[in-house]
Amino acid sequence: MLAKRIIPCLDIKEGRTVKGVNFLNIRDAGDPVELAKIYSDDGADELVFLDISATNERRKALSALVAKIAKTINIPFTVGGGISKIDDVSVLLDAGADKISVNTSAVKNPDLISDLAKQFGSQCVVVAIDIKLEDGDWYVYLNGGSVKTNLLATDWASQAQQLGAGEILLTSMNNDGTKNGFAIDITKKISQSLSIPVIASGGAGKMEHFAGVFKHGFADAALAASVFHFKEIEIPELKKYLLSNKIPVRI
Amino acid sequence: MVVIIDYGLGNLGSIKNMLNKIGIQSEISNDLEKINNAEKLILPGVGSFDNGMSSLNDLNLIEALTQKVIIEKTPILGICLGMQLMTKNSQEGTLPGLGWINAETKKFKTHTNTRKFPVPQMGWNYIDIKKNTPICTDFFSESKFYFVHAYYVETYNPDDVLFQSQYGENYTSGFEYKNIIGVQFHPEKSHKYGMKLLRNFINNY
Repeated sequence: MLAKRIIPCLDIKEGRTVKGVNFLNIRDAGDPVELAKIYSDDGADELVFLDISATNERRKALSALVAKIAKTINIPFTVGGGISKIDDVSVLLDAGADKISVNTSAVKNPDLISDLAKQFGSQCVVVAIDIKLEDGDWYVYLNGGSVKTNLLATDWASQAQQLGAGEILLTSMNNDGTKNGFAIDITKKISQSLSIPVIASGGAGKMEHFAGVFKHGFADAALAASVFHFKEIEIPELKKYLLSNKIPVRI
Repeated sequence: MVVIIDYGLGNLGSIKNMLNKIGIQSEISNDLEKINNAEKLILPGVGSFDNGMSSLNDLNLIEALTQKVIIEKTPILGICLGMQLMTKNSQEGTLPGLGWINAETKKFKTHTNTRKFPVPQMGWNYIDIKKNTPICTDFFSESKFYFVHAYYVETYNPDDVLFQSQYGENYTSGFEYKNIIGVQFHPEKSHKYGMKLLRNFINNY
C-alpha cells in the first residue's frame, strides 16, 4: 500500500523561509536549510520550496540554495517559483532538485508543461494551481494569487494532466493560512477526475484536517507550512495520529 | 572506484550525495576508460526508455557496459529507469533494451475515476523481500522506499525476483540475477532505508 505523504512547504524570500496568511502579511520562519534538515529527520515524506521572490538575479541564489539543501537532506524535494523555460529547470535539477513546479507560466504557455515532460519526464513536473471560490465556482489565480483568470480549476487541472503533468499541487486561497482545514470538496472533485496524484494545500491547522483531506478529499499528499514551521503540529505525532485512523503513512 | 554512469538522464548528484554521506567515494562519468576500470557501477535514470537507450548508444556505452557486466561480471545496480533499461524492451518505447535479464517493462494500468492507484506511483511504498541476498543484510523491519514511476518490470524467471511491491497488482520492485541488481525505487531518496541498501551494494558485492 502506497503511503499518503506529508509535505512541509517552505516559502522562500531572499534566502529565508517566510509564511503569510491568505497569501499576504508575510513573516519570517527561519533558515530553510536548517528547517529542511529537521523535517527530513522528523519523517517528512517530501519537501516543497517555493521561491516567492523569484527574479532573475535571485534565481542564481536559489540554485545555490537548492544545492545546499540537496547535500543536507535525503528525501525528494520540489522547487518552484518563477520557472518559465527549460533552462530554468535544468539549472535546478542539476543543483539537485527532484521535481519542479510551474504555475503562472504554465497557464500563460501551456506547451511549457509538455515541453518539460518531454525533456525531463512527467514525474518531475508538478503543476501548482492556486484557486479561489467565487459565486460557487473555483477559479484559477496567477502571480501568487494576485491575478484572477476565467479558467475553472477543474478544467485547468485536466488540461495539465493531458499535457503531461506528473502531479497537481492544489492550493485553495480561501483556506490558505486560516488553519480551518483543507478545501475538501474541490480536492475531492479534482482528484477523482484525474489519474495523476494530487497534493492538497491550504488550511491545515489540526491533525484532523489531514485525516479529513485524505479520507474525504482523496488527496495523495497533504502540504502545509506554518503549522510545521511554528511547531503547532509535529510530524511524528501527526503520523501516529493518521496511522491510528487507518491512514497508511510512512513511520 | 564506484562509477555512477552519466548518460544525461537523472538526478546523479543525489546518488553521489548519498554515497558521500556513507563515506563512499564515487565518480559521475561516461568516460569509457573510467567505466572499464570501475569496481562497481550504478546505472541511474529518470526519463523515458527510448531517450535512455539512445543516449547510451550515442555515448557508445551499450557495448562497453555489456562487456563489463556480462563478461567481466562487475556488480551493477540499476535504479528506476536504469533497472528498466536492463530488460528486453518497454511498452514506453520501441528501442530494444539492454536485455541482460529475462524481463520486460510494462505500463501500470490506469484506474481513472477511482482514486486507488494514480499513475505515476509517487511516494513511499513497502517491499516484500523474496530472496535473502547480501543486498538485504540488516534491513530495517518494514523497510519503505520512495517510488516514482509509471512503468514496471515484469520478470519471467521467478528466481530473479528480489523484491515485490503492491500497487494495484504485485510487481517486481527489485531483481537480482548474478552480478546484476535492479531496483524500481530510489534508494538515494529513501532516507536510512536507502542508505542501508546502497551500503550493502558497495560492501557486500
